[in-house]
Amino acid sequence: MAHEKNHDYHILKPSPWPLLGAVSAFIMLFGSVMYFKGDSPWMFFIGLAAVLYTMFVWWSDVIKEAEDGDHTPVVLIGLRYGVIMFIASEVMFFVAWFWNFFKHAMYPMTEGSPAIDGVWPPVGIETFDPWHLPIINTLILICSGALATWAHHAIAEDGDNKTMAKALAGAIALGAIFTLFQGFEYAEATFGFSGNIYGASFFMATGFHGFHVIVGTIFLAVCMIRAMGGKYTKEHHVGFEAAAWYWHFVDVVWLFLFVAVYVWGG
Amino acid sequence: MANAATHDHDDHARPGFFTRWFMSTNHKDIGILYLFTSAAVGFISVCLTVYMRMELMEPGVQFMCEENIGQGVIAHLTASGLGECTPNGHLWNVMITYHGVLMMFFVVIPALFGGFGNYFMPLMIGAPDMAFPRLNNLSYWLYVCGTSLGVASLFAPGGNGQLGSGVGWILVPPLSTTEGGYSMDLAIFAVHVSGASSILGAINMITTFLNMRAPGMTLHKTPLFAWSIFITAFLILLSLPVLAGAITMLLTDRNFGTTFFDPSGGGDPVLYQHLLWFFGHPEVYMIIVPGFGIISHIISTFSKKPIFGYLPMVYAMVAIGVLGFVVWAHHMYTVGMSTTQQSYFMLATMVIAVPTGVKIFSWIATMWGGSISFKTPMLWAMGFLFLFTVGGVTGVVLSQAALDRAYHDTYYVVAHFHYVMSLGAVFCIFAGIYYWFAKMSGRQYPEWAGQLHFYAMFIGANLTFFPQHFLGRNGMPRRYLDYPEQFATWNYLSSIGAFISFASFIFFIGIVVYTLRWGKKVTEPAYWGEHADTLEWTLPNPPPEHTFETLPKQADWDKGGH
Repeated sequence: MAHEKNHDYHILKPSPWPLLGAVSAFIMLFGSVMYFKGDSPWMFFIGLAAVLYTMFVWWSDVIKEAEDGDHTPVVLIGLRYGVIMFIASEVMFFVAWFWNFFKHAMYPMTEGSPAIDGVWPPVGIETFDPWHLPIINTLILICSGALATWAHHAIAEDGDNKTMAKALAGAIALGAIFTLFQGFEYAEATFGFSGNIYGASFFMATGFHGFHVIVGTIFLAVCMIRAMGGKYTKEHHVGFEAAAWYWHFVDVVWLFLFVAVYVWGG
Repeated sequence: MANAATHDHDDHARPGFFTRWFMSTNHKDIGILYLFTSAAVGFISVCLTVYMRMELMEPGVQFMCEENIGQGVIAHLTASGLGECTPNGHLWNVMITYHGVLMMFFVVIPALFGGFGNYFMPLMIGAPDMAFPRLNNLSYWLYVCGTSLGVASLFAPGGNGQLGSGVGWILVPPLSTTEGGYSMDLAIFAVHVSGASSILGAINMITTFLNMRAPGMTLHKTPLFAWSIFITAFLILLSLPVLAGAITMLLTDRNFGTTFFDPSGGGDPVLYQHLLWFFGHPEVYMIIVPGFGIISHIISTFSKKPIFGYLPMVYAMVAIGVLGFVVWAHHMYTVGMSTTQQSYFMLATMVIAVPTGVKIFSWIATMWGGSISFKTPMLWAMGFLFLFTVGGVTGVVLSQAALDRAYHDTYYVVAHFHYVMSLGAVFCIFAGIYYWFAKMSGRQYPEWAGQLHFYAMFIGANLTFFPQHFLGRNGMPRRYLDYPEQFATWNYLSSIGAFISFASFIFFIGIVVYTLRWGKKVTEPAYWGEHADTLEWTLPNPPPEHTFETLPKQADWDKGGH
C-alpha cells in the first residue's frame, strides 16, 4: 500500500499544543510588560499558567507516545541529539553572564563611574565567604549529581526501577536543599540587586543558575514518579538520560560560578 | 472490503483547513507557512523603506512632520501646499529601527532557514519529515508570536511621547535603556521569542541532518543546501543565546534598576556592543549561508554541470561559520579598543575573504564551459554572484580599522551591507522561489514575468544602493533624517531606485497570485532537466502529504559522485 510507513522515524499527528504555547507566550510576555509598567499582574499570571499547562499536556503526549512504542532506536538517537543541542544553547546563554562578570571583574570601569573606582569587587561591596555556605552548597550539588549517576547505573545496568527511584529521591532532596540554601544566602546579602554592577552580575548569574536548578529538580521529580511506576527499562530511559545530562550541566555551571564568582571574583 | 476502503480513505485524507495550517506537524506545510508569513512581514518592512526614501529624496523634511504624518504625505503628493513641517526625528528613528529589526529577525532568516530549510532540507536528504515535527510547529508559532510583539511594539507608546522605539536595530544602550514607554520592552521580548523560535528550529535542523539522511548518504555526499542549513543551525544555536542574555540585561536595566550598561552604577555600555555583535556577526552569516546553498544548486542545474569543487564548497561554508564567531568587534572599531585588538579583528576579518573566494570562484568554475540556460532562477543566481561580490569587496575595505575611521557610520556602510543582504540574501530568496515554485505549487510562473521582475529589481536595487557608496565617501552619515544640498543628486537617484524595487515587489506579488490560480500545470518531476538531481526532483509537483514513506534508494540520488 502506498501510504504504509516503511521506516522507523516518528511521524506525528497534528497537535494543538504549539499554537496554544505560542499564544500563551504572547499573553505572558505582553502581560509582563504591562506588569513592569505598573498594571496589575493578572495577564502575566494567566499567560504563565497557560504556558505551564501547554508544557504539561505536551510532555504528557510525549510520554504516551514513548509508551506506545513510537520511540524506535533511531528516534531515541534523535532525541539524544536534541537534548545535547539544547544544552549547548543553554551553555551559550550562561556565556553571556560570565562574559559580563569577567568583563567587569577584569576591567572595572574607572572614569565617570564613581561607584566602582577601578577595583573589584567594588568598594563597599562585602562579598560572601566562599568557604562558608557556598562550599557546602557545592558539595550538596556534587552529591546530588552522584546520586543521579547512581540512578543511571541502576537503570542502565540492572533495569532496577526501585533503586533508581530511591537514588532520584536523594538527588531531588539535595537539589531542593541547594535551592533553600541559595535562598538563605540571598537573604543574607549585604549588597542589593539594583544600583551596582556587582549585585546585578551576582544575582543574575546565580539567579539564572538557581532557576535551572529548580527546572532540573522538577525534571528529576518527573523521572522519579515514572521510575516508581516501573516505566523504565534497561534500553528505554531516554527521558531520564535527558534529565541526568541536564542535571550534570547545572552542576558544571555551578562549579564555574563557584570558582569564578565566589572564589576568584570575591 | 468497503469498510476497509473507507477506513483507509479516512486515515489518509488531507486534514481539514484548521488542522492542516494551525496544528501542523508537516515540514512542507510549515515551510509554506514560513514563506508566506515572512513575505507579509517583508512587505511591511519594505513599506517602511519606501517611506524613508520618500523623505530622503530631497533635502529638507517633507513627510516626517511633527504635525500630522498623514496630512504631510497627502499635502505633498497632491501639491496642495506644504504647510508647516517640524521635522520629526523620532519617527525617522522608528522607521530605521523597525526596518532593521523586522528584516534581520522576521523576514530573511524565517524565509531562508524556516521556509526553504523546512521544506527542502528534509526532502534533499530523503527524510520523511523533520526529527521533531511538533517542535517544528512551535518554532513557527513562536515566530508569529515574536512578529506580533514586534508589530505591537511599533504601535505602543515609546520615546518622546510618541509611538514606537527609535533606537536602531541593535537596540544599543543608553538609547534603549532610556527610551520611554513600553514599546522598547515589547521589542526586547519580540527578539527573545524570535530567538527561542530560531534556537528550537536549529535543534530540529541539526538533529534531522545528523540522524535522518537517506541510507548511504554520508556527510560528504549530502547536498550543499542541506549542508548550508546545518551550518546555519549551528550559528543560530551558539550565538542567539548570547543575544538573549544581552537583551535580558537591557530588560533588567530598564525595569529593575540594574546597571549592566550604566556607568553610574559601574556598568559599561560597550559591553552590550560586544555581546550584541558576538551574535550580530554570526547573524549575517545565518542570513547568507542558506543562500549559498540555494545558489549552488541553481548554478549547477542551469549550467548543466555538477557543482565545481563540492568538498571545498562544504568546508568553505564550515570555515565561514567558524570564522564568523571570532570577528565580531570589526563592527566597533571606533569604541576605543587597543590597536592590538583592532589588528587582530582586522586580520581575522580579512581571512574570511579566503573561503568566500573559494565559493565565488567555484560557482564561476561551475559555469565555465557549461551550457548555460538563462532561466529566471539562473538570472537571480548570477545577479547574486555579481552583487554579493560587490558587497564582499566593500566589506574587505571596511575591515581595515584605519579606513573604517572614515567610513564608520556613513552611507558607505549602508551600501555595503545592503549589497550583501538586500541584494545578496534577498536575491537568494527570489532565486529559490522561482527555482522551486512549481515544485511547491504544481504550477509554473510565466517565464517573461519572472525575468521582468528580475531586471526591474536588479536595476532598482543597484540604483538604490550603488550611489550610496558615493554618498558615504563624500561623508554623508547614516541614520539622519535630513542632509545638506550637496548630497541631493545621489539621494534623488537612490530614491528612484527604491521606488523601482518597490514596484517590482508589487509585480512579484502579482506573479505569485497569478501563478497560484492560473499558472501552467507542471507534471514532470524534474522540470529543470536532469542536472537538477537532488531528491526533491524525484517527487511529484507538489509533493504528497507524506513523502519518502519508503526511504529512497541510493541510486535515486547518487549520480556517481561530485
